[in-house]
Amino acid sequence: MKVSESVLFDAPGPKARRRVVVINVIGVLLALALVYYLYKVLNDAGQLTAEKWSVFGKGSIWENYLLPGLLNTLRAAAVAIVTSMLFGFIFGIGRLSTNKVVNWISSIVVEFFRAVPVLLMMIFLWIILARSGMVAPSDSPFVAVVVGLTLYNGSIVAELIRSGVFGLPKGQREAGIAIGLTRGQSLRNVEIPQALIAMLPALIGQFVVILKDSALGYIINFNELLFNAKLIGTGNANVLQGLVVAAAIFILINFALSKLASVVARRLSSRGISAGKPQDPAVPVVVADLNTKLPGGSAT
Amino acid sequence: MQGYLSLWDEYGGQMVSAFWGNLQLTFWAAIGSLVLGTILALMRISPVPSFRAFGTSYVNIFRNTPLTIIMAFGVLVLFGVFQVQFSSDFNLNFFQIAILGLTIYHSAFVCEAIRSGVNTVPLGQAEAARAIGLSFMPAARLVILPQAFRGAIAPLGNVLIALIKNTTVAVAGSVAEISGLMKTMLEFRADVGILIFLTIAVFFVIVVIPVGLLTTYLSKKLAVAR
Repeated sequence: MKVSESVLFDAPGPKARRRVVVINVIGVLLALALVYYLYKVLNDAGQLTAEKWSVFGKGSIWENYLLPGLLNTLRAAAVAIVTSMLFGFIFGIGRLSTNKVVNWISSIVVEFFRAVPVLLMMIFLWIILARSGMVAPSDSPFVAVVVGLTLYNGSIVAELIRSGVFGLPKGQREAGIAIGLTRGQSLRNVEIPQALIAMLPALIGQFVVILKDSALGYIINFNELLFNAKLIGTGNANVLQGLVVAAAIFILINFALSKLASVVARRLSSRGISAGKPQDPAVPVVVADLNTKLPGGSAT
Repeated sequence: MQGYLSLWDEYGGQMVSAFWGNLQLTFWAAIGSLVLGTILALMRISPVPSFRAFGTSYVNIFRNTPLTIIMAFGVLVLFGVFQVQFSSDFNLNFFQIAILGLTIYHSAFVCEAIRSGVNTVPLGQAEAARAIGLSFMPAARLVILPQAFRGAIAPLGNVLIALIKNTTVAVAGSVAEISGLMKTMLEFRADVGILIFLTIAVFFVIVVIPVGLLTTYLSKKLAVAR
């Protein structure tokens, strides 16, 4: 217990230590009571019986439902990660541009897609793409999920790049210009590579958001993990179990990604790189959560 | 243009009342998750190991679960399997279950926002408080927390913005709100599809951008000068 590192309390003396032990025991008992209560509720409703859970031990369930679902989730997330990086690069550089028109257009695009719920974009694309015949109706949920995720997360990546560049010391650009680079060259060859490294933890955190938001595809009939888990549930009268298994898979992957992000953040900060300056007036509020240095992504 | 105007005649009232539903979801879930999130944050910074462990597991579980699963769980399991009835009114019941789901999910983020606010308070503040003889609770109440909340305004604002947008996911919890209505409108009036999307998007832009500007303004105005 690294008590002395906390701002809130001093290293406890003997009396405080005894009090902490007592409260700790009460806390453990409360937690046990909660677990028992959940167990009792689930058991009384017959949700803990073997036949409700045993289907998840069957190879065919994994083969026909869970793995294809997980594969679709990962496929959508992987494509969306690549495309939103591209989108973010284009509009991030656009927002840093000294050309007024480019700057304005990029700002409007980024601010708009950041303010609109991803789900609205997905539902709109899903219906319109299928209706207009631009995409085969069977592909339209996948395309809608990927494009929706790209527009939103790409805008966030654009902001990450912008705030990363603002967080760099001014001397970097000045040095670039001094050796005869144009502003664009200095941006591309000097500033953005450094900004990217500083932004890496936040970027990985954004991947968690992409993976989580791919589950929105459930609402537009994209046969991803959650959708298939619900299918198992309605087929075997074990919806609760299906959702719990799907949630567990999501939590495992996202937890691993969040851990990776914090390891990267620690590595970088030990090398003296930090993600942006805390009170940078040019950095808008949505990006300010970078400065909390909390990997794991924002709430959307 | 004619088509667009007739769209307002047909759906104008419904759009406003559906969006009002989203705002109500935001309001109640914001209060709920602020309370639950503060409690969780206090647990995570407390000296008691079991409280800390509980807070940490809560955050790790719910921050990494898609909100869609939580919403689906509410309607398919809480209502479908356990017949949870907060209200005898069918629609109000789904509405309240959705508030519960939004609260559970966003509390994890509120907790982290407040904790990050505590982290902005320099160690010297606490040491100075103890040096002038304040014990744990007075030091927290008079010195640490006032600064911590001011440092947490920007991340809390982000959570609020995310919450406003995430109320659309309540459609997975069978709540009548704007994204469900948009789906219906698109199905019947595909001729003005883009305008339907832009109209509803503007509803959100009108609410989200001022909230962002306000929290940025407040976080700067109230920032502790160091």
